[in-house]
Amino acid sequence: MTREAYHQALNVVQEELRQMAEMAGDAIRFSMEALKTRDIEASKKVVHNDIFINRKRFEIEEKCIRLIATQQPMAVDLRTLAAIINIITDIERIGDHAEGLAKISLSIGDAPLVKPLIDLPKMADKALSMLKRCMEAFIKRDVETARRICDEDDEVDALYDQIYRELIFLMIEDPKLIKDATYLIWAAHNLERIADRVTNIAERVVYMVTGKMEEMNVSKY
Amino acid sequence: MKEKIKIKDLNFYYGKNHALKGVSLPIYEKVITALIGPSGCGKTTFLRCLNRMHDLYPGNRYEGEITMDGANILEKGLDLIKLRSKIGMVFQKPTPFPMSVFENIAFGLKLLGIKKKSEIAVRVEKALKDAAIFEETKDRLHGSALALSGGQQQRLCIARAIAVEPEVILMDEPCSALDPVATAKIEDLMTDLKKDYTVVIVTHNMQQAARVSEYTGFFMMGEVIEFDVTEKIFTAPSNKLTEDYITGRFG
Repeated sequence: MTREAYHQALNVVQEELRQMAEMAGDAIRFSMEALKTRDIEASKKVVHNDIFINRKRFEIEEKCIRLIATQQPMAVDLRTLAAIINIITDIERIGDHAEGLAKISLSIGDAPLVKPLIDLPKMADKALSMLKRCMEAFIKRDVETARRICDEDDEVDALYDQIYRELIFLMIEDPKLIKDATYLIWAAHNLERIADRVTNIAERVVYMVTGKMEEMNVSKY
Repeated sequence: MKEKIKIKDLNFYYGKNHALKGVSLPIYEKVITALIGPSGCGKTTFLRCLNRMHDLYPGNRYEGEITMDGANILEKGLDLIKLRSKIGMVFQKPTPFPMSVFENIAFGLKLLGIKKKSEIAVRVEKALKDAAIFEETKDRLHGSALALSGGQQQRLCIARAIAVEPEVILMDEPCSALDPVATAKIEDLMTDLKKDYTVVIVTHNMQQAARVSEYTGFFMMGEVIEFDVTEKIFTAPSNKLTEDYITGRFG
């Protein structure tokens, strides 16, 4: 009674999830790069491409629902599908935050940045690395890595604190910078939220493997 | 929760064939226990040990212990008619006797020595009501039971089993010959029955086991691989074999 077609369909859904995470990862990378290099066209492209991430989310969700309806998955298969349905929501939101970053770049427009970007790219790199490794943990069913990734959210929060303090200081010193400095706080906030979303995904990886729901790192924000 | 039946290190042999190997598990009172596993794994054999159905055929042998409320079921010389009136059974295919609906139920009562017609009538009606088949049969109580639909026949068989007021009901794939509507009726009935009876069900339908039972035992090659709360078995089983079976990776 081995169910080849069913298990193949389960693998397809997981592969599509991996692709979706890659799309969201690209969106983070491109939006940060565009902000750094003030590339308006590249920012527009990130905003435009978000629709593909959203579509992918619905496609995966429909496939999961169809599998639940037609195959009545049990045990680890059921947990995997439940995890995927949650994870796609987080990835879709990650895509939205990357789009948010791109929109900030568009809002800043031609105006010069109020400060050179040092910690924001660090935040983006960290969040991106967390997402990438979290998806590897999903594929490899690696609970330990998933747990470690949750702890790393503190580093992103610390960078956010630093950026926030720095920008507030700039605004106090020169209130003319309030508008453009606020844009960068929003940018940092988007990146901070991306890391939080990754910890949600990590929690789902742990659930998928162990069957236990655990809140692993309560974000500071 | 009270252990109604306790099975300890049970071995069963069909002649030389060692069909059950060291089975130990509890059957709790007034809940539904489901037994699942691939064909030939021993779940029906196990079920039939509980009311000594195997004694109908020569050459079969039990070892180990089965006790109900502390009394040994495997004791030699045990009154099997009495045992089977305490532990009733419903089979895979509905098995109505070729007689009227009323007589199908009354038959068992008469076998128990109940002669008073008024008492028989009261108990037949109660059994039919408890098995949720009275409304459909009240106008045809004296018509042939064979004219009922498959689902009705199965509920009639359940009525026949509960008419003699057993303590335990064994069900061997009671819905496998029924359509989804009849199956849903039997499942609802099972949920009602557990208020008064201890139910043990063998099923190949894992969703059914997951829906109706509180406890589930997974059998394979004559052994109990895992026994646990149903929710745990179907969402996060402890044993890899159980997981592989219920997710369709073997069997």
